[in-house]
Parts: sequence; C-alpha cells; structure tokens
Amino acid sequence: MTTGELALHQAHAVPPRGWLRWLTTTNHKDIGTMYLVFSLAMFFVGGLMILLVRAELFRPGLQLMEPELFNQLIGVHALVMIFMALMPAATGFANWMIPLMIGAPDMALPRLNNWSFWLLPPAATLLLMPFVLALFGVGTGAVGTGWTLYAPLSVQDGMGMDFAIFAIHLLGISSVMGSINIIVTILNLRAPGMTLMKLPLFAWGWLLTAFMLVAVIPVLAGAVTMLLTDRHFGTHFFNAGGGGDPILFQHLFWFFGHPEVYIVLFPVWGFTPHILSAFARKPVYGYRAQVYAFWVIGVLSVIVWGHHIMTSGLSTAGLLYFMYSTMAISLPLSVLFFCWIATLWRGAMTFEAPMLFALGMIVLFGVGGLTGLVLADAAADAQYHHSYFVVAHFHYTLFAGGIMGIMAGAYFWLPKMTGHLYSEKLAQWHFWLTAVAFNLTFLPQFFLGLAGMPRRIPDYALQFADFNWVSSVGAFFLGAAQLLFLVNVVKCIRGGPPAGDKPWEGAQGLEWTLPSPPPRHTFQTRPVGE
Amino acid sequence: MEPQRRANRRLALKLGAGALAMAGFGYALVPLYDAFCQATGLNGRTGTAEAGATGVAEARWVTVEFDGTVMPGLPWRFEPAQLKQRVHPGEPATAFFRVKNLADRPLDGRAVPSVTPPAAARHFTKTECFCFGRQRLEAGEERVMPVTFIVSPELPRELGTLTLAYAFFPSEGEEK
Amino acid sequence: MSVKFPLLLAALAAAAPHSARAEWAWNFPAPVTPLALDTLHVHNTFMAIALAIFVVVFAIMLYSIFTHRKSRGMEPATFTRPSTAAQVFWTTIPFLVFAFIDFILMGIPAYHSVVVMEDTRSDADMVVKVTGSQWKWQYEYPEEGIRFVSALATTPEQIADRAAKGEHYLLEVDHPLVLPVGKKVRILLTSTDVIHTWWVPQFGAKRDAIPGFIRETWARIERPGTYRGQCAELCGKGHGFMPVVVQAVAEPEYRLWVARQKGEQAAQAAGAERVWSRDELMKQGETVYGKVCAVCHQAQGQGIPGAFPALAGSKVVNGPALDRQGRLVKDGHLDRVMNGKPGTAMQAFKATLSDSEIAGVVTYERNSFGNKMGDAVQPAQVKALR
Repeated sequence: MTTGELALHQAHAVPPRGWLRWLTTTNHKDIGTMYLVFSLAMFFVGGLMILLVRAELFRPGLQLMEPELFNQLIGVHALVMIFMALMPAATGFANWMIPLMIGAPDMALPRLNNWSFWLLPPAATLLLMPFVLALFGVGTGAVGTGWTLYAPLSVQDGMGMDFAIFAIHLLGISSVMGSINIIVTILNLRAPGMTLMKLPLFAWGWLLTAFMLVAVIPVLAGAVTMLLTDRHFGTHFFNAGGGGDPILFQHLFWFFGHPEVYIVLFPVWGFTPHILSAFARKPVYGYRAQVYAFWVIGVLSVIVWGHHIMTSGLSTAGLLYFMYSTMAISLPLSVLFFCWIATLWRGAMTFEAPMLFALGMIVLFGVGGLTGLVLADAAADAQYHHSYFVVAHFHYTLFAGGIMGIMAGAYFWLPKMTGHLYSEKLAQWHFWLTAVAFNLTFLPQFFLGLAGMPRRIPDYALQFADFNWVSSVGAFFLGAAQLLFLVNVVKCIRGGPPAGDKPWEGAQGLEWTLPSPPPRHTFQTRPVGE
Repeated sequence: MEPQRRANRRLALKLGAGALAMAGFGYALVPLYDAFCQATGLNGRTGTAEAGATGVAEARWVTVEFDGTVMPGLPWRFEPAQLKQRVHPGEPATAFFRVKNLADRPLDGRAVPSVTPPAAARHFTKTECFCFGRQRLEAGEERVMPVTFIVSPELPRELGTLTLAYAFFPSEGEEK
Repeated sequence: MSVKFPLLLAALAAAAPHSARAEWAWNFPAPVTPLALDTLHVHNTFMAIALAIFVVVFAIMLYSIFTHRKSRGMEPATFTRPSTAAQVFWTTIPFLVFAFIDFILMGIPAYHSVVVMEDTRSDADMVVKVTGSQWKWQYEYPEEGIRFVSALATTPEQIADRAAKGEHYLLEVDHPLVLPVGKKVRILLTSTDVIHTWWVPQFGAKRDAIPGFIRETWARIERPGTYRGQCAELCGKGHGFMPVVVQAVAEPEYRLWVARQKGEQAAQAAGAERVWSRDELMKQGETVYGKVCAVCHQAQGQGIPGAFPALAGSKVVNGPALDRQGRLVKDGHLDRVMNGKPGTAMQAFKATLSDSEIAGVVTYERNSFGNKMGDAVQPAQVKALR
C-alpha cells in the first residue's frame, strides 16, 4: 500500500469532523449528498432569477430593470438550471444509488469523485460573480447573450462573458470527470452475476448519459475556447471578416446542445421505470426494448442538431435531412412511453408522491415531446423558431421531463437516504400545486409564441399582455410551491417516522436490501446476484 | 483490490483520452466545416476551383444579381457597377464593383463573398476576384474592381436567379 | 386537469387588469402570403395529429390509472417477465405506428411545405435588401435606388410607463417597408454587426441576417394592409425594440410611393448641390441636435461624465473635420458623426441622417456650447463622402 492509499484508508476509517469531512470526503454517499444539496440550492437561485424576469414581464413597459439586466437574467437562469441544478441532481442520485444498485463498495475513483464535486462551487461563483461586481461598478454584469452564447454577440459582450466561459470550462471538466467515474463504476464494479443486460435501468440511462457527456462536452469546451481567443487573442473563428463564420459557432454549440437534452433526461428515464414498477407492484415491462431505445436515442441525438438553426439559411436538402432525422427520434421515444404505460397496465397502483410525480412527468413530458415533433417540421419551424412556442416546448421537456422527474426520484429515495419518511401530505400538495402552476405558467406561452411573440424580449406589444399576465401569476405559484419541497426535505433529514429497509411495498433492487439509511460503508463484501 | 484498481485506472485513462480526442474533434470541425461548406455550398460559400470544361449551355440564361455591403469601421463606398447580368451557364463572365476610400489615409479592406440561394453557391465559381486578397486603397482613391465568374451548367434547372454579395470588412492591422 | 384548465384561465381572465388590446390570440395571425397559408395548414394538421396521439395514449394511461389501483383490490398481473421476446415484439408496434405518422402522415405535407418555403423555381418580380444593425433595419430597393432606415417609433416615455401606450406599442416604426401586393418579392438579408432575424408572422417568413453573409427569403403578399413583426434573434439590449413594419399597397400606389421617395431623394440631393449659408446650417443643425444628439450629449453639450462625453470644449469637435482635399480625418469630428465609434453608444449616423442634416449638425456643434471653430461643413462635402 502506498502512503497515499494508506492515508485514504485511514480517512475512510475515521472521517474528520465538521466541514473538513465534507471537503475531503471520498465516500460516495457524502458526495452524492453534496451534489443534491448544491443542486437544490442552485434550483432556487435560478428560480429566483426567472421570477424577477416574470415580474418584469407581468405587464407591458419596463418597470423593474434595464434590458441589459434582463438579458443577463434569462441566460444565467438557463445555465444555472441546466448545468447546476439538473445535471448535479442526476449526478447526486448516481453517486448515491448506482453503487447500491449494482452492489459496489463505492465509486471506482473516489478521489476523482471528490474533485468533480468541488469544481462546482467555484464554477457557480464565477458565473454569478459578475452580478455582484457590477453592483460595485466593476464590469457590466453577467453574460448577456442568452445561454446559447451565439457569436458575434458573445464576441461583443462584456467581461461577464469571460467569466461564463471559465465557468463552463470548470463545469465541463467536472461533468466529464464525473462521467468517467460512473462509466468505470458501472463497467468494472458490478456485483458478480450482474451482466450488462441485468443492469438496473437507472444505471443504463446514466451509462448512456455519461458516454454522451464524454463525447460532446469537450466540443462545447472547444467552442467556448474559440470564443475566448476570438475575443482576446485576435483569432477569427467566428468572424467572417477574418475568414471565419458565425454560423460555425451555432453548429458547434448545438452539436453539444441537442445531446445535452438527453443527457439531462436519460437519468430520469432510467429511474422512472423503477418508480412505476414499485408503485404498480409489477416488474418493469420491456426492459430490453428500453435499453435499445436508449441506444437509438443516444445515437440519433448527435446527428439532429441542425433543427435548432433551421432559420439560419440551411439548404433545402439540409432542412429535409434535419427534419426527418429529428422526427425519427419520436420512434424510440414512443417505445419508452409504451413500456412505461405497459408497466402500469393491470398493476395494483397506489399514488404516493414519487408515483404522482412520475405520472405527471410522463403526461407533461408527452406535451413537450409531441410539440417537439411538430417543431421538427422545417417550414412551420420558421414560425415557431425563436418564439415563445419554443420556450414553452423546452420547459415541458426540461421542467416537466427533467425537474418533475428529479422530484419523483427525490421522494422515491429520500426515505432510503435519510432513514425517515417524508410528509406525504406536504408532498401531495407539492405535486398538485406544481402541476397546476406549471401549466398555468407554460401553456399560455405556446399561444404567445403562435401569436408572434419572440423570446428573450424584455417588453412586448399590447396584444401579448393577457397571456403574459397569466404566465407570470403561474410562475409565482410555481416558485412558491417549490418551497413546500424544501420544507419537506429539511424535515425529512431532521427526523420523521423510521422508513425501514424497504419503505415502498413494490420496490425491487439491491438498494432496498440495505438498512435505511445505509451504513457509511456498504457491500464491502460483494453480494452475489441470482 | 489491486488488479481492480489498475483496471479502473486504465479504463478511466482511456475515457479521458477519448474526451481529449473529442476536444480535438471540436477543433477539427473548423476545417471540416469549411470543406463541407465549399463542397455543398452551405452558408453561401462559393467554389474557387478551376471550372471543368463542361461546355456552354447556349440555350439557357441565368440572372446573376450583385450586391455590396460595407462593414462598420471601413469608411469606404462600395457598390456593384451593374445590378444584374444575364449569363449562359458554362461561359465566363465579368462584373465590376466600384469602390472608393473616403478617408484621409490608406486603408486595407477584405471582401467576403457569398452566394444565395445556397443550392446555387456550389455551382458558382470565381476564376478571378478582388476578394482573393486584401485590397489597399490610398486616401481618396477610387477604383473599379472586376470579378470573373462561371456559373456551372450543372446548376439545378429550377434556379433562374442567384445573387453574388460581398461584405467589405476592414482588414487585419486596421484599428477597429 | 385539462378540462378544468380553460375554466381556470377564464376565471383568471375575469380578474386580470385588461389592456386596451386584449386579444387572447392562440394561433397564427391571419396569413397573407401563400407560404404563411401553407404553414398554417401544416401547423393545424400537425397540431391535430399531436393532440390525437396525446388523447389516445393518455386515455389508455388514465383508464389504467383509474382501473388498476390497489384500492380497488387489483392483484398485479404476473404476465410480464423481464425481457421476453414477446415484449420486444409488442414494443415494435408503437415504433411502426410512429414511423407511419412521422414519415407518411406528417412527412409528406412537411416535405411539400419546405419546397414552398425554399421556392426558387419562379422568378421574383422585385428585390429588397434588408440589413440589420443594432437596433434598426435598413431597407434598400436596388432597382429604384431607394434606401432608408426603419427604427422604432414608440417613445421612451411609453416604454418607461410615463405616457399612455399607443395602439401599436413597440410594433411601430418611423419608415415602414412599402411593398406592392401580388408581386413575388425576393428579400435579401444581411447584417453589419451581430445576427438578427427578420420576422413577419403573417408572411410565414423568418430568416437570420448574418454579418458577412447573404441570406434570402420571399413573400408574395395577397392583401393590402400593414403587417407587423419583430427581430427574433437576441441581438443585445435593443433586441425587443427592433420592429419590422411592412405596408402592402396596390401596385399603382406603390409606383406613386416610389416616385415620391425618388423625388425626396432628388430634393435632398439638390440640397447638397447648392451652397448653404452659415445661418441655414446652424438652424438645421440646432433642430437635428435637439432631436438626435441631445439625448446623450445633453442640451448644452455638457454630456454626462462617465457615460457620454461632453461636446463643449471637446478635442474631437475642436479638431479638423476634413482635410484639405475634403477627405475624412481619422477620428475627426465628421468621421465620428458619420461612422460612429465602434464599441460605444456613438452610432454611425451616415445611414440615418441626410447630407444637409449631417452638415448642419456638425457646423452647429463646432460653433455652439462655447466651441468657436468658425468653420462650416457643406452638404456637398458630406455627399462626396458617402
């Protein structure tokens, strides 16, 4: 044993107390907890930003802020929600649950795991600091180009852009390291007898997500590095005057950006069948079909990026190719929906909070998926593109499909992680308020987009006033409803009725054979699968 | 546990190398994209290769329109000398652009060409063009600059009109 | 929930503070071009298909949710074992159904629409060049030699809630694009700074304007009227304040408008031909200054320290405007006014002001606020620099 490993071993034996424990921990459960707490905090940060935006959009005219700040808030909201709320939440679940599900003693690379997490707080600081600096008269605030960072607007943008570029670099390194860790854990540390086709679907979803992250995050990192050199070192990647091309940035960005949607959603689609099966008290339907569907979606996701830039002047052949390939994604997706519903079919269902959120996710994500199918049509896309229709569409996929899915997972596993039952009554309120307020917020945005309201405008014409009013009211209800979740989580961590090893009657899998909360070290001796 | 750790480390290093390779791929996309645009005419990139001797389509006429834009930071006047020109596909034709430096000092500019519709760009070849290099105009100098081009006979039948547009950018070394 | 929803909306609507133009519009505005009409049809059809899929799929799920509950004493079925061949077989059915919907039911009309949108078969009757710049559109009729800038006409007071908002709040411009009805107009697009997107919903036309490159779209407007749209690509702080207004008129009326524009341009050119007196220039300049410059540089040319430089005593204003041969002096007074200062709020007024307006305002600035240059710039000199 080398000295480093000896030190590691000792660290395992006697964890330091207080903050030092969290800073130095290599325990997958500790790190998972940190990811989840960070994600929850950022969820509220990003939410607060968008509530400011919705307040500004409450009625026509500029009341609260200048357009510059508005542009910064919408872009940073997106970056925070995607990179710091959704992705870390999924990584948190992976850290906690994958070793338990596959019978591994810990993640394969514990120290790498620690670094992956501790890159996140500095990244968040970098991204948000320009807001604070601007208060003291330094710079013009955070990145103001929207999360898509399109050149040449991003070449022109102020210092907030440089902060955002470095934040994205840190976030990218963190996700790639996290992904490598998850792939190695899943491929190398499965319990004896657990073949890949016996892997829990959550692990399968994450395996695909991790491979996609390793493949596309470096391309994003490259693209923002080119932006950085264009801004400060005289390169001309995106400047036509120097032989570059601004549209190149859009291709690079969406080569990352489209797979990113599935990166966020695969972990959710992974654990959704676990939840459905637990509360329908029936095995997962179509396991193999779901794994194949994941693969097909994963492969398709990297060849359809052009549907994000259909108004940029693609040739007719290009438009047709991206239209049909995008539509093709609905094929494997329909298989997933079929399997989810078939898992419910003739089960004996009960409707605790995880089940409610999972069902709500399926229905509302269905709206997002179907509008995505309509958006693929290149000619009609000319009308939808850059409009509120798109804003509504991707919130049905990323809030309903992403956040509500994460909520389902959170309620599902909270008893396992804390050893306490959460308040079911509060959780039921949380679900129904979220579902109603979500639709109140985003359904009107479909209509706004169709009527011709462009996205990312701080002020709008009078014919858009009514639906905007409704949407803002909905957004405030939606934000308030999430406080119930916060209260419930805090209460659940601090106490509550004991959960027992298996709080859900129909739950299946290795993780439910362990006590709740599981001891600090689990599966030191490998369990043997059937 | 030792062999296990080694195996983990090996796989992690392989994946890390994969990530680095993908970063390289991101950069490789820059020339690949250029080549792709040249080959397919995506983004209005025109061909610069010698036109193949495919013969002149005497019976067919194509209208080529011309357009010029001066980008900020270059105090020049720049406009096509003729708005449009009718040409036979396969036959070389020459068009002229007028340019004048309005400033009191010599300035360098660089013209970036693009052709629309995108399906036409690939079939549009410039054999000689002021856009091939940077142009220097002395203070107050006025010049007429030629571009010689060939529209390929392979231009799809449904295309009757195409536009050749130039954007004149201030060239490297010139202050913003 | 989906049934209750319209009711809930209606209840909220009753409580909402109604604006003057409450519309609750929930679909595309009335199409006025063949492309927009086609797009609307495709959109309606696809929405109906999507809705039908939604209803069928979730009716099955809802039926299951209501029937297969534990509280009704259901025993879970045991017919499913993980990964049987039968399951793989059944799961191909949604796959095939969607293949039919995607590539036949939706794919064929969608193909048709794309071909219509990218129509290059029929020759255009006329060409209009649209150039986006932060944050206004420039329209150019190459055949007629007409060129003008179209900027937001809504007053800052209305935006800041200090004045009542007009009917076309944020969707009104000083000089709309005028087009004849019934003609196929080829619209060329480019930009001089960042990417903008030209969009008129009722035309079904939306295309990016990209700096350095040319793009095109087209419109054949079938009904006279005023059609309003906006820039659709985030282009900086003025993104929400960059409307597109198109006035479609009958052909004779369009000819009349063209003649009038040409007349005005000729009058302006004539203005540039003759020599203006110093008083004329000063008077013209004072008007332009009050209208255009005073917002930033302030009424007495004192500027706002830290934000907008003072013109009183300014080095630029009190330096040479033109060299002896009548050429622009780099970063000189006239250069600044005509070409702006990149990276700052000082924009290039070459595009928005006429020769006499530029000559007037420069002369005015050089001889006001305590500046005593004593010289004057003639419209003819400005004209030579365009």
